[in-house]
Amino acid sequence: MTTTSPLHLAVALDGAGWHPAAWREPDARPEALFTAGYWAGLVQEAERGLLDFVTIEDALGLQSSRFDGPDERTDQVRGRLDAVLIAARVAPTTHHIGLVPTATVTHTEPFHVSKAIATLDYASKGRAGWRVQVSGRSHEARHFGRREIPRFSLDDLGSPAMVELIANLFDEATEYVEVVRRLWDSWEDDAEVRDAATGRFIDRDKLHYIDFAGKWLTVRGPSIVPRPPQGQPVVTALAHSAVPYRFAARSSDVAFVTPFDTGQAADIAGEVGPGPLVFGDVVVFLGDTAKEAVTRKDRLDALAGTPYTSDAYVFTGTPGQLADLLQQWQVAGLAGFRLRPATLPHDLTAITRGLVPELQRRGAFRHGYEASTLRGLLGLPRPANRYALGGA
Amino acid sequence: MPKQIHLAAHFPGVNNTTVWSDPESGSQIEFDSFVRLAQTAERAKFDFFFLAEGLRLREQNGLIYDLDVVGRPDTFTVLAALAAVTERLGLTGTINSTFNEPYEVARQFASLDHLSAGRAGWNVVTSWDAFTGENFRRGGFLRQEDRYERAERFLRTAWELFDSWQGDEIVADQASGAFLRRPGAGAFAHRDSHFDIAGQFNVPRSPQGRPVILQAGDSDAGREFAAATADAIFSRHSTLQAGQDFYADVKGRLARYGRAPDQLLVLPAATFVLGDTDAAAQERADVVRHQQVSGRTALRFLEQVWNRDLSGYDPEGPLPDVDPLVGENTVVRGRASVRMFGDPLQTARQWRELAETKKLSIRDLVIQVSGRQTFIGSPATVAAAIDELVQRDASDGFILVPHLVPGGLDEFADTVVPLLQERGVFRTEYDGVTLRDHLGLAHPV
Repeated sequence: MTTTSPLHLAVALDGAGWHPAAWREPDARPEALFTAGYWAGLVQEAERGLLDFVTIEDALGLQSSRFDGPDERTDQVRGRLDAVLIAARVAPTTHHIGLVPTATVTHTEPFHVSKAIATLDYASKGRAGWRVQVSGRSHEARHFGRREIPRFSLDDLGSPAMVELIANLFDEATEYVEVVRRLWDSWEDDAEVRDAATGRFIDRDKLHYIDFAGKWLTVRGPSIVPRPPQGQPVVTALAHSAVPYRFAARSSDVAFVTPFDTGQAADIAGEVGPGPLVFGDVVVFLGDTAKEAVTRKDRLDALAGTPYTSDAYVFTGTPGQLADLLQQWQVAGLAGFRLRPATLPHDLTAITRGLVPELQRRGAFRHGYEASTLRGLLGLPRPANRYALGGA
Repeated sequence: MPKQIHLAAHFPGVNNTTVWSDPESGSQIEFDSFVRLAQTAERAKFDFFFLAEGLRLREQNGLIYDLDVVGRPDTFTVLAALAAVTERLGLTGTINSTFNEPYEVARQFASLDHLSAGRAGWNVVTSWDAFTGENFRRGGFLRQEDRYERAERFLRTAWELFDSWQGDEIVADQASGAFLRRPGAGAFAHRDSHFDIAGQFNVPRSPQGRPVILQAGDSDAGREFAAATADAIFSRHSTLQAGQDFYADVKGRLARYGRAPDQLLVLPAATFVLGDTDAAAQERADVVRHQQVSGRTALRFLEQVWNRDLSGYDPEGPLPDVDPLVGENTVVRGRASVRMFGDPLQTARQWRELAETKKLSIRDLVIQVSGRQTFIGSPATVAAAIDELVQRDASDGFILVPHLVPGGLDEFADTVVPLLQERGVFRTEYDGVTLRDHLGLAHPV
């Protein structure tokens, strides 16, 4: 048995799993994807595995095999529920695990998202996070009708127009997260005084207008929700290249990145820099033997009609082999991992009942929840309130 | 068989019906308070739980109002979490149609309906003011007279999105590999003077098809909007005559939209104070009123009409002899009640006369004119009063607003509900599973 420093472990929940044919696995429950029980069951399993948190994928458009619009396919899972509401629905049925729903910033209001995530933090007693998502998709913009985003395909990734669009969207996202964080701080922790003698419910000097005026957003504040239990819920972002790395470094507490080998893991961790915890994203097909895992992937690929590819590294193997990989990448500079189960519940239970015990044996993972908040699990301090610092 | 009464529970918050200074008063923010009140409502077989919404903290004289409860959690998030700790209770919330977009709100309500297995309800409200708009990208963009127009377009757009998936769209046949029955699920295209949107909605049809729609407007435009679109209207008329007039008026408007009288329920908001005897309840009600209206609260209340700073006046003294400032109310911001008083000069004159005749101080006057204590008495008296108002068509039931969190509904549930059940006018068990079932509303096709 070797002992290494503990790593952090999250799973990314999405539909029936990340493989497009996942819903056809014998243990899948495709008819239950839109029920509360389905999601509660998965998150409870992740909690039994002592994972730090789950993320819940979401988007403002229908799933598609194309970047630039719906694909009219009928052979894959289509449709999903609002991730923030799934997280809220699951919160009272769990007690330790962090809940990190995705919410898009491009077409939404920071005031609404701020109060929703703050409220998730209250409903979960300090376990809320948020995965910030930017949308550069023209069809999602058309669902709102408030701004035009030109139609791009992924082949246009390097075109000057798309480079400019991406830079602008991430600038806007940077402002957006700043507004949300200021709204979380807009009440000092002890603002509610309930002073019967003077009749004052709050000390209004401990509430603050944020008066944010940026290039994209102007928001007055304060929030209508008092400062949440964690002070600021945990902000996370997925990043693949320089502009999003810069955004994640500035705005997030946890950055999800997608290296394909140990060297890249080190390079990317260095590029993101020392601000956020850097987690590696890995898609996992797990089996009792490496051959079994490969066979599973092949079977799913055959059902889907094409070999599965991903923005993230695709791992096939045993929980023990995965533990080896995670520990190598950890040494290269990653603080933890967000594993994307290829199919649910199979790869989730392989993580909680195979990978986790293996990591525990190696002294690399917790044996019990050591903190009651998500920040506590991640070793992140509760942030001081920026408005309280100067003194009232 | 007598008319069956509908009952709902409003979680009390940021207004002066809530008594936060009472030793029994708990948190208006902590989730456990919501759980307790919702579980009491469900134990009592209520139709639904109701949450209000705020999008900007109220201000008075340029300062954040600090005398009532301040702050509240997000409506959607609380309701989704409550779905985990209740099984049948409807979960309804106020969501503004001005500072939201139809695609997003329709997604959230459809999701809530799925996650609660068919218990979602939406109280559609409107705003227009720049004050609230300062918290949003939209800013203060809407003319006051356009607000119902936008609300109606918003609601109709949301309905198109709810209807964009047919109920049989998902087959999820693992053997054949057909997840959807046909391509193009959720396709929509909507264009009117407020919204120009198209694409594919990404939440499949929910158990109720559409959430139950509630409305709170009392103006002519508001009543018309409700008659055209709502499943239930949430009014303030809780006396017999006013209730009957309102009831007849709104139900009379339904025919022109091809709707039957039982397709729109009238559910006034109502408060209650109980006691072992009527006299004991009345005594308790007076204590509650004095808890609700302190001297400072009374002055702030008067400022809503006077539209000027009255902090120099003695709340135990006579009403101000200066007249209200007429014009846009700049003293009070973010408070809907400011719009209720009509002509401020006339209101001030009437209140002065009332105060002089009855020798009332400012505080006494405010206690008298702002009172919304609907039901005061022993459980038997209150049960009889509720039943009478419903049987005589002043309402179809009530949305009860307790003055305490989280235990403010317990006594009602334990004492009044059994008496209504004995009278055969209130359910003893839920016989349906969805909010539409509880309200006797058809599921939309």
